[in-house]
Amino acid sequence: MLNHFEILETVNMIDRENLDIRTITMGISLKSCAGQDIDTVCRRVYDKITLYAKDLVSVGEAIEEEFGIPIINKRISVTPVAALVDALDEPTPENAVKIAKTLDKAAKKVGVNFIGGYSALVHKGFTRGERALIESIPQALAQTELVCSSVNVGSTRAGINMDAVAQMGKIIKEAALLTADTKGFACAKLVVFCNAVEDNPFMAGAFLGEGEGECVINVGVSGPGVVKCALEKVRGEDFGVVAETIKKTAFKITRMGQLVAQEAAKRLNVPFGIVDLSLAPTPAVGDSVAYILEEMGLEKCGTHGTTAALALLNDAVKKGGVMASGYVGGLSGAFIPVSEDAGMIAAARSGALSLEKLEAMTCVCSVGLDMIVIPGSTDAALISAIIADEAAIGMVNSKTTAVRVIPAPGAEVGDTVEFGGLLGTGPVMPVREYSAEKFISRGGRIPAPLQSLKN
Amino acid sequence: MKAVVTVIGRDQKGIIAKTSGVLYENDVNILDISQTTMQDMFTMIMLVEYDGKKTTVKSLNEKLDALGDDMGLSIHLQREEIFSLMHRI
Repeated sequence: MLNHFEILETVNMIDRENLDIRTITMGISLKSCAGQDIDTVCRRVYDKITLYAKDLVSVGEAIEEEFGIPIINKRISVTPVAALVDALDEPTPENAVKIAKTLDKAAKKVGVNFIGGYSALVHKGFTRGERALIESIPQALAQTELVCSSVNVGSTRAGINMDAVAQMGKIIKEAALLTADTKGFACAKLVVFCNAVEDNPFMAGAFLGEGEGECVINVGVSGPGVVKCALEKVRGEDFGVVAETIKKTAFKITRMGQLVAQEAAKRLNVPFGIVDLSLAPTPAVGDSVAYILEEMGLEKCGTHGTTAALALLNDAVKKGGVMASGYVGGLSGAFIPVSEDAGMIAAARSGALSLEKLEAMTCVCSVGLDMIVIPGSTDAALISAIIADEAAIGMVNSKTTAVRVIPAPGAEVGDTVEFGGLLGTGPVMPVREYSAEKFISRGGRIPAPLQSLKN
Repeated sequence: MKAVVTVIGRDQKGIIAKTSGVLYENDVNILDISQTTMQDMFTMIMLVEYDGKKTTVKSLNEKLDALGDDMGLSIHLQREEIFSLMHRI
């Protein structure tokens, strides 16, 4: 029999340290739904999603019950919808919005809490459908509740599509203004990527990539609270001990994810895709990545040393997690969404954590500038410039980076914006005031970087 | 199916009697049992077996939860794999 200590350790992780499975995400290919007539496409999309995902929520709940491990979210990711728009006779933004509404309706029918894949991959150029989809994003997000959107604007192999970067600044502004009554909530459902991955189970950036199969189950694990508690027991020890402790903890967390992923895949009769080894915080006390960094010895997350601490954390999580799962993928790393992390919120409020420091942190962790509220007066070009900086980091370092900023209408530095639920509370962070207008208006592409001569 | 029942809380009379009573009434067989008491804190771990077709974890957990609330204890029943996978390679 298992020993007393091990059993109590697991129970304690779940009961007191917020260990949970963050999401079971079913990827559904919509390639078979393409067609020329918008009504036919919408019907096919609705029918396929509601058929494939009809048991997703009930199976998730049954696993939760039997294993006693909370599964916070059940979600769906689909083929980038731009491909469907492209096939239409009339690839217009209005028709794209119709597909968004269909996704929303299907997601509500099966009971998931988000559906991702209202996406376009335009790192090198646009098709007609992609242009229409991107143009439609503000309306699509304002008129739906559960649809999440993402746009890939750059990659290490292709460089950065600066036309797309320029446009995304405007799209984010427009989405914020259309949802001004909720302080720009639509922007919380919109991610701009560089090097987007095809099997990400986390929202808002999840979509089912080109190389994926018909249907797949991907699982995202969590557990910052567990890592923090494990580190409390090795206070004062050197970094070797810190890394080893994180690795062992990540192993245990990931095993849980692997078990849930396999069980869900088996019961739904769908192939198991990947486990995403992520430390995803929530606003709950004790479920914060920032507190892990502070536990390592930093007075406040954001001070000098934060990047090094995060690099160690991110690497150790991967090393521990890789061994625990047959297939690892997705974003896999520590997330640093400001509004969703109690420690980050506190650090941003106190001024210890700045946008520039967050940018540096994204060089060594997944994923990017995430859930950051900026002043409503920030102009589109400056938002584009923030995206360009972050995409450049991803492009040069061959990693995924992303931007999910919310220029909350009417909000100024010092204000706080409440999103509620897992999306949390965002203190408005200052941005640079100097213009990037002329830089962004150049357009064209930033060429792909050299992959040798690395210095 | 095998599951692990954990009971944690303040030591008091009747913990084993009442917990095993609920299990007995629901046709659950106890395979192994161990307990310790440290400074008034009681922890008990049982390895149990049940017929997944006749007994659902949901209904068992509801009854154990009710007992836990009654006695001020935290009682969980979880499938055994979660523990073995987490701690064994």
